[in-house]
Amino acid sequence: MSIVISLTDIRRVFIMGDQQFEALKGVSFDIAPGEFVAIMGASGSGKSTCMNILGCLDLPTSGRYLLDGGDVGGMSTDQLADIRNKKLGFVFQGFNLLARTPAIENVELPLVYAGLHSKERRQQALIAMEQVGLSGKENNHPSQLSGGQQQRVAIARALVNNPAVILADEPTGNLDSSTTEEIMGLFTALNRQGITIIMVTHEHDVAAYAGRQITFKDGRIISDLQTSQACQAGQAGQKA
Amino acid sequence: MNFIQTLKIALRALRTNKMRSFLTMLGIIIGIAAVIAMMAVGTGASYVISQQIASIGSNIILVLPGSTTSGGMRTGSGGAQTLSSDDARAIMAECPSVAYAAGTVRTAGQIVSGNMNWSSVVMGGTPELFEIREWPVVSGRPISQEDENGALKVCLLGQTVAENLFGSADPVGNIIRIKKIPFTVIGILDRKGQSPQGQDQDDAVFVPLRTAQRNLVRSQRSGIVSAIIVKAENGEVIDTAESEIKALLNQRHRISNAKEPDFSTRNLSEILAVAEQSSKAMSLLLGAVASISLIVGGIGIMNIMLVSVTERTREIGIRMAIGAKKNDILLQFMTEAVLLTMLGGLIGIALGAGGATAVSRMLEWPTMISFQSIAIAFVFSGAVGIFFGFYPAKKAAGLNPIDALRYE
Repeated sequence: MSIVISLTDIRRVFIMGDQQFEALKGVSFDIAPGEFVAIMGASGSGKSTCMNILGCLDLPTSGRYLLDGGDVGGMSTDQLADIRNKKLGFVFQGFNLLARTPAIENVELPLVYAGLHSKERRQQALIAMEQVGLSGKENNHPSQLSGGQQQRVAIARALVNNPAVILADEPTGNLDSSTTEEIMGLFTALNRQGITIIMVTHEHDVAAYAGRQITFKDGRIISDLQTSQACQAGQAGQKA
Repeated sequence: MNFIQTLKIALRALRTNKMRSFLTMLGIIIGIAAVIAMMAVGTGASYVISQQIASIGSNIILVLPGSTTSGGMRTGSGGAQTLSSDDARAIMAECPSVAYAAGTVRTAGQIVSGNMNWSSVVMGGTPELFEIREWPVVSGRPISQEDENGALKVCLLGQTVAENLFGSADPVGNIIRIKKIPFTVIGILDRKGQSPQGQDQDDAVFVPLRTAQRNLVRSQRSGIVSAIIVKAENGEVIDTAESEIKALLNQRHRISNAKEPDFSTRNLSEILAVAEQSSKAMSLLLGAVASISLIVGGIGIMNIMLVSVTERTREIGIRMAIGAKKNDILLQFMTEAVLLTMLGGLIGIALGAGGATAVSRMLEWPTMISFQSIAIAFVFSGAVGIFFGFYPAKKAAGLNPIDALRYE
């Protein structure tokens, strides 16, 4: 069985002045390719810290994180930037698109930092735009698009470099319920195509789209459930 | 990430805030324009000075009589009547480094032609004077040795005098009266322009030395000259010529103590050097003032770049999250700063050159814009961008992506 993400006894300690705060107290789980995982928990439960570590934006204080077979521990910030660029795709709650920049160029941005030529960039970006159903909106600026459309652009940007995993942080937090359904439908469709998705949310009906729900509380995992929802990977590589 | 892409991003960032970009650039624009204009005016000024000094003639030494004491009052230098035409002839004949020497006398007088009159300087000089001053006639003929030997009442007019007495008519052959004595105009001298002291050198009448000594100036003895003007063979022997003249005159005037001669010499190349030095010091000063405004402009750039980094913290966070390395961010902001200053520099160069041209048109003051000063201004404006852009760019590149993404 192949594994795309493997966390082993991850701890993250924040030091504020003379106070120590342990945000993650030994977290371990594996994720297989093609899984759609929802990470849940109240605020302060450690789910965001975990997401930052998964996204290679932060390094754990101790523990081991294997991403796509490579050990992330001990990497330099530039090496981490390279990992984020090549192996991860990010979708944020606030869309985080560059204002005053056409949609297509927003989608191209990861490829710019990957050093691709403009022709290749444009080609791949057009494919990604088509995948999220936004063909024809390439030259619209974010301000000319609805919230749902903006989030689709953000998803296209996350897809464009063919990442091993897409990380979505409260992707529907700023959207109304019908748009939420639309976006979650898109995620489900992408997952059916074999794309691994890890999503942080605190809404149960959003989490219900995922095939597996990991719940955090006080820096620990309190439950890790396979739900009946369509998830071809099925077997979770869950550790004790 | 390649350079063109970085440049595109920087251009877009500058275009989004057009007004702010322009105002930020303004500091650099003014600074560079000031540098260019000041340097142009300064170079023009030193050109004028060297032209004026060259207009006196090159490799010239001036020999002036010493001071005299009468009744306890000492006159200034040149007051005594210790130099004679014979001294001038001796200098020319006996000093090997001297090419020409001419005795001159100088007086002022009213000059009358028909119903016109004009007050001017009247100079008496031997024919060598015009070789020394490199001053040809444009019409008629120069003063000849025969005029000098015969003390003939002939004269050459400077352009200013000719215009004031005769207007556009040709004065050659006419009779004018200098101090009521009639003189025949034999020629008109070429236009010479201003002297380094600002006098109009064309406002003068020239007559043979002997004529002047006999008819126009009063002196205790005959053959007295008020100055001897000497031209050295070339610029290298000018100091040798000066010491030869001193030795000769000490001997001729029987001066035992060489520290108290009855004459003095002045080397015009020294005056030239002093004038050049002072104009250099002037343009250096102007340049320093202008560079201060450049530094102020640079600080303005740094200030705005810092604001821009804070404003765009979220954008920096996004870029970092999707794979921008520290250097990518650093380069992006550096490029923006350098682009700002270089654009400002280009506009400043254009404005400064335009301003300098306008000054030279309106004030009829020659200005010179050297390629060198443009190159320096351009490189300097880029350097200002690098220097003052580095700190804000470093700050941007050092942001933590998590905090940057969360920044509101």
